[in-house]
This record gives sequence, C-alpha cells and structure tokens, in this order.
Amino acid sequence: MPDSDGSMKKIEAVIKEGYVDAVREALDHAGFSSMTAYPVRGRGASGGIELEWRAGTYKVDFLHKVMLMIVVKEEHYRQVVDIIVNVCKDDPTAGAGKIFVSTVDEVIRIRTGESNREAL
Amino acid sequence: MNAGDIAWVLVASSLIMLMTPAVGLFYGGMVRRKNVLSTIMLSFSVLVLITVQWVLFGYSLAFGPDLGHMIGKLDWAGLYGVGLAAEKNYAAGIPHLAFMLFQMKFAVITPALISGAFVERIRFSSFLIFCFLWSTFVYDPMAHWMWATNGWLHNLGALDFAGGTVIHVMSGVAALAIALVIRKRKGFGQIPMEPSNVLLTLIGVVLLWFGWFGFNGGSALAANGTAVYAIVTTNIAAAAAALTWMFLSWRHSRPSVIGVATGAVAGLVAITPACGYVDAPAAMIIGIVASLVSYNCIKLRNRLNIDESLDVWACHGMAGTWGAIATGIFASKAVNPAGADGLLYGNVHLFMVQVASVLVAWIFSFVMTILIAKAIDVCHGLSVGHSEEEVGLDIAQHGEELYAGL
Repeated sequence: MPDSDGSMKKIEAVIKEGYVDAVREALDHAGFSSMTAYPVRGRGASGGIELEWRAGTYKVDFLHKVMLMIVVKEEHYRQVVDIIVNVCKDDPTAGAGKIFVSTVDEVIRIRTGESNREAL
Repeated sequence: MNAGDIAWVLVASSLIMLMTPAVGLFYGGMVRRKNVLSTIMLSFSVLVLITVQWVLFGYSLAFGPDLGHMIGKLDWAGLYGVGLAAEKNYAAGIPHLAFMLFQMKFAVITPALISGAFVERIRFSSFLIFCFLWSTFVYDPMAHWMWATNGWLHNLGALDFAGGTVIHVMSGVAALAIALVIRKRKGFGQIPMEPSNVLLTLIGVVLLWFGWFGFNGGSALAANGTAVYAIVTTNIAAAAAALTWMFLSWRHSRPSVIGVATGAVAGLVAITPACGYVDAPAAMIIGIVASLVSYNCIKLRNRLNIDESLDVWACHGMAGTWGAIATGIFASKAVNPAGADGLLYGNVHLFMVQVASVLVAWIFSFVMTILIAKAIDVCHGLSVGHSEEEVGLDIAQHGEELYAGL
C-alpha cells in the first residue's frame, strides 16, 4: 500500500491516570513513540464517586482520566490496541477505560509538508 | 505608657490584618473555580471599605463617648482628638490611636466572615452596600454595648474577651439571616459544587490560626500574663477542635483536610470570648465541644436545605454561641482577677448574663440583617442573574479570570 494513501487509524484510549506511564512505555517498546495525552474527566457505567466535605460527603459525577490519542498506519492499529488492553486490563475494578478507533482522512506534518502515511 | 505594651498591640494589629484576606483564601478554596477571585475579593474589599468607614465615624459610634448606653457620640469622627495620649477607660498602657487601630481590625473582619453565606451569586455592589450598612447599624452598636464604657451589656457584667459574641455570633447569625433572603445558587442540592482548591483553604486556615494569636492575645491590650493565657488557651482549643473534627470525619468515612481545617476554625471561634478567663483544661473542653456543635450544625443546615453556602452560621454563629456560654461556665478569677467566676466556680449570675448577651446578639443581628438585606434586595437586587451566575462571578462581576490564557 503506497504511503500517500489515506489508510490510517486513530486510536483514542480513555484510561486511568495510573496506567499512562506503563502504556507509554509498552508502546514505545513496540516502536510507537508518537502520541498525544489529554487530561480529561469522564464517567462510564459505574458513575461517579463520593469525596469528603466538611461534614459528610459530596458526589463527584466525573472522574479524572487520561485520553491518549495515537494515529497509526492501518495495519498497525490492532497491535497498538492490544498493547493498551494488555497493560490496562490487569485492573479488575470498574472504570479501567475504553478505546475508540476511527478512520483518519488526512495527516499533514507541519514542518515538512509531508502527508498521510509518510507523515506518521 | 509601656513600650512593651505598645509593641505588642501594634504587632497584634498587624497579625489580625492578615486574617481578613485569609478569610478570603479560606472561603475561596471552597467555591467553584469560576468564583475564586470573586470570593477572595469580598474579603479584601471589606478590608479597605471598613477601614475608611471606621476612621470616618465607625470608631466613634462604637467607642466614642456614650449616649444612653446605646451608641457612641460622634466626638471622635474622623479620629478627631484620637491621638498619642492614652484613653484610660480602654487601655492605659498604649496610645489611643493604637487602641483604635486594634479595634479597626475587628470591625474589618466581621463583615468578611459573613461573606461565606452568599458566595457564587452575590452582586458585588450589593455586597459593598450591605457591609457598609451592616457595619454601621449592627456591628458598631453591638461593639458599643459590649465593650464601650457604659455600654449596657458591659454594665450588666457580660464577658467577651476578644469578640466571641460581638464578632462571631453576630456574623454567624447574620449569615443565616441573609441566606434566608438571598436566592439559592442554581442547582443547589442537585448538582455537585466542588471545592476549587483545598490547599487554598488550608493556607487560609493557617493564616487565620496565626493571626488569631494577635486577635486573642492582643485583646489583653498589654504585654502581660493575660495575653499569655489568651494565646496558650487559643492554641489548645484550636488543636483539640481540629483533632475532634478529624475523628468525626474519619468515623464517617475518611479524615479529610477540609474537615480538620474547619475544626481548627470552630475551636478558634469558641475560645475567643473565653481565652483570657479560662485555664488549659477548660480550653481543651471548649475546643472539643466546639467541633461537635459545628459539625452537627452543618449537617442540620444541610437537612434544612438552606444555601448558607460556607457554613458561617455553624462555624462562627454556633461555635461562638457555645464559646460565650462556656465562658459563663469555665471563667475563673484565679486566671484573670479582672474577669469573673463562672458556673463551675459557683457563680450562676455570670452564666445567666452570658446566655442573655448571646440572646441579645442573636435577635439584634438576625432582625437587623433581615431588614438590611430585604431593603437592598428590593432596591438594588442582592444576587446576580442566572446567566451571570452560570458564567461565574470572576468574569461576570470583575472581568478577570483566576488563570488566564490557555
């Protein structure tokens, strides 16, 4: 598949803050060094948690999570997803996270003007 | 005059000056991020507004030559005649000006304490009007009754060493009263209102505790044994109360930072009227009970669904009420011959006088605050509109952001 084609996948993984370093290290090890991390707040099926107030508690609906955004060539995305799942699934508690995969139309590297798969 | 006394009262006044902005930090950490600056601004603006009011006529209303045991005459307006000579009726060892400065810091902090009641929705201009009127028509008369020569509560024999009743009961009850007039925050009780920064709250409490040594110790108005007693009992009560609150919060779930900080404040409030009259064991009991009272009052206020947002009533009004009554129980002439013996030492009279003075403070502050708040609400509007509240008062009222840029 020529590298000027647009067959690329975007992986957005919402994971627990505590797993960010382990995921980054595992991806790095497999040769995927580029990624963007956002601090986000979110909630899944289990809802929020209770935090301490002066007398009693209050409910927090959104929990702190990290979203990793990684764009890779299509043939690599399954490997990246597997790495993230393997690292994060050792947490048996609810809220381990979720991964979203979508197709990317175009990628441009700003410095060189390269596009699509060449730019990854 | 005594150089040691003058030095101590000047240092104490400086310590108390820190406390008013510290109230702003204490409160600012507990509101949502969009209202932090607005909340701090409430306290800081009181510092500057009431300083001017005090010089113009507030001091004279509170401490000026007595008029019918009710109010001070305006002889000392603009600090006319208030100079370096001592005013023997108040403090023989220091210049009259130093006494005026010390009392100014008390007048300044009291309306700042009330500001916790209506954070996140108060209209800033209404707040300034409220503080000016409240200070003039509520604080100044009460300070006169309790502390001025020939004030009627003073003549009755009521004891309030450093302002437990005049400052804390009055501000706490005023907070409850104005919370019943101003509308609740949008979504109160339904959406989470997360504290923006617990560290800010903790820094505020640390500065309050530090400043309170000046607040209570300085109230001796001299560098003497009473000042020593006041500072020692103040520290004991604060620690005992904070420890108690920590265990209360632990028993419920986990020992929270915001809980231990609140406990310290409750203890500091409760010891304020008593600090120069009681010994160390009494200070410990006063602190422990203060946390039990305030903690349960917060829960009660929650159950009643009143949006007295930062629990000024529970922490200042009720801990202050307990402190004033505790003074009637634990005060001892062995600690301070200028004071009186309390219930524990067989004197029922002081106890009754303390209860009466607290009742007077409750009724006077509650009624006057309702009247002032209603009047402002009708003429000018106490709160901002819902859309301004949504944006946050930092931007809507002050045109500023806590953290600007991306």
